[in-house]
Amino acid sequence: MSQDLSSATFSGYRRENGRVGVRNHVIILPVDDLSNAACEAVANNIHGTMALPHPYGRLQFGEDLELHFRTLIGTGANPNVAAVVVIGIENGWTQKIVEGIAATGKPVIGFGIEQHGDHETIMEASKMAKQYVQWASELQREEAPIKDLWVSTKCGESDTTSGCGSNPTVGNAFDKLYPHGTTLLFGETSEITGGEHLVAARCRNDEVRERFMFMFNRYQDMINRFKTSDLSDSQPTKGNIEGGLSTIEEKALGNIQKIGKECLVDGVLDKAEAPTGPGLWFMDSSSAAAEMVTLAAAAGYVAHFFPTGQGNIIGNPILPVIKICANPRTVRTMSEHVDVDVSGLLRREMTPSEAGDKLLDMMFRTVNGRLTSAEALGHREFVLTRLYESA
Amino acid sequence: MIDFVVHDEGDSVGVVVVEGVKAGDEISGWVMDQNLDIKFKAASDIPIGHKLAIKPMQQGDTVIKYGTDIGKVVADIGTGEHAHVHNIKTKRW
Repeated sequence: MSQDLSSATFSGYRRENGRVGVRNHVIILPVDDLSNAACEAVANNIHGTMALPHPYGRLQFGEDLELHFRTLIGTGANPNVAAVVVIGIENGWTQKIVEGIAATGKPVIGFGIEQHGDHETIMEASKMAKQYVQWASELQREEAPIKDLWVSTKCGESDTTSGCGSNPTVGNAFDKLYPHGTTLLFGETSEITGGEHLVAARCRNDEVRERFMFMFNRYQDMINRFKTSDLSDSQPTKGNIEGGLSTIEEKALGNIQKIGKECLVDGVLDKAEAPTGPGLWFMDSSSAAAEMVTLAAAAGYVAHFFPTGQGNIIGNPILPVIKICANPRTVRTMSEHVDVDVSGLLRREMTPSEAGDKLLDMMFRTVNGRLTSAEALGHREFVLTRLYESA
Repeated sequence: MIDFVVHDEGDSVGVVVVEGVKAGDEISGWVMDQNLDIKFKAASDIPIGHKLAIKPMQQGDTVIKYGTDIGKVVADIGTGEHAHVHNIKTKRW
């Protein structure tokens, strides 16, 4: 197809702050582990809402607590979310999250459970959730230029076919999206080990390069502080090794195929931090699939490219995750998880540019409303990154 | 029919992209960056996604893939043999 992207548009939900979402979720967001039950009860009461349970939010402090707030506020603020009901055990942290989300202008309200109990909280929160979901159901998609699209990438259960097939497919699509003012993201700090010089060389200027190397070295220091071996049981993963990847360097060189050959790294973000302009951003982040995709959603990304080799099945509650696979065995044995089959690349039946176009075609179908495989299968992995123990 | 791919002609390994490669098979490869065709005889059974050596490597050598260092050789590898965690290790961590 190879359409002209300069005039390309998509159909999305224009939010109060001007951002454009491609989904229209009403979420019930727990501040902490204790509030999961009430959130799930509300989502069960009110059709069309979704609870986002998670295991954290108590006695965190310092940078780890800041990251917790940034992730929850960012998730609520994401333009794929129309409105939010926040529930926490107490009012203080609950209101902090409500205020953070309210800065976008979208409808949001918080409930503290203490002095009310689950029953009263669930009843009051359900009343608001019903109002929100009925209001959201009348919002209409409108045409938006491609520069309003924010797309993230992260690969998982990679194998050698990722490096020569599905990751270059994402790279080709990124190279085609980049000139049109889209906002792009990659990360996975530890999985750049062995290719850090190649990413550094792609940074727009020395300031960006220094910030990238600061993040890279910070992660290496953390690994060196806690490791008990050469990480050969963790990085590459057992699945990576089964798929033929032998070392972290080999995995990293495959990984960075995702940033294409032309686009420059325009800026560096801390975990769950939102970018401040268009271009390609690097986010310091875990290489664990659900952690990184959750951080990308919290940074405001609305669509995600996820190449896999051995067949990672991850999804996210609010961010549509498009799976790309070049391994013919995985495409055969796990077809229900694969949105874009590029195994023809390895049979020389398809060029990298044709593979990139095939992904972009699926991207447009997805952002215009088509459910991804992960969405249809109910994958809603919402996984918060922790930096250290609770107090 | 492509049985294995090589990223760059300077690489020491290629990647098997079909299922069922057996020792003794004559296999066809594609060098992607230079768009070249090459042929090799597999010296081991090699699963899909796993690497074969396209150059002989001695213990202590650096393994090159994507034209870049991907680790060190820890046991000698003959041409056409399976190259993986039993004979290649990271230089990091």
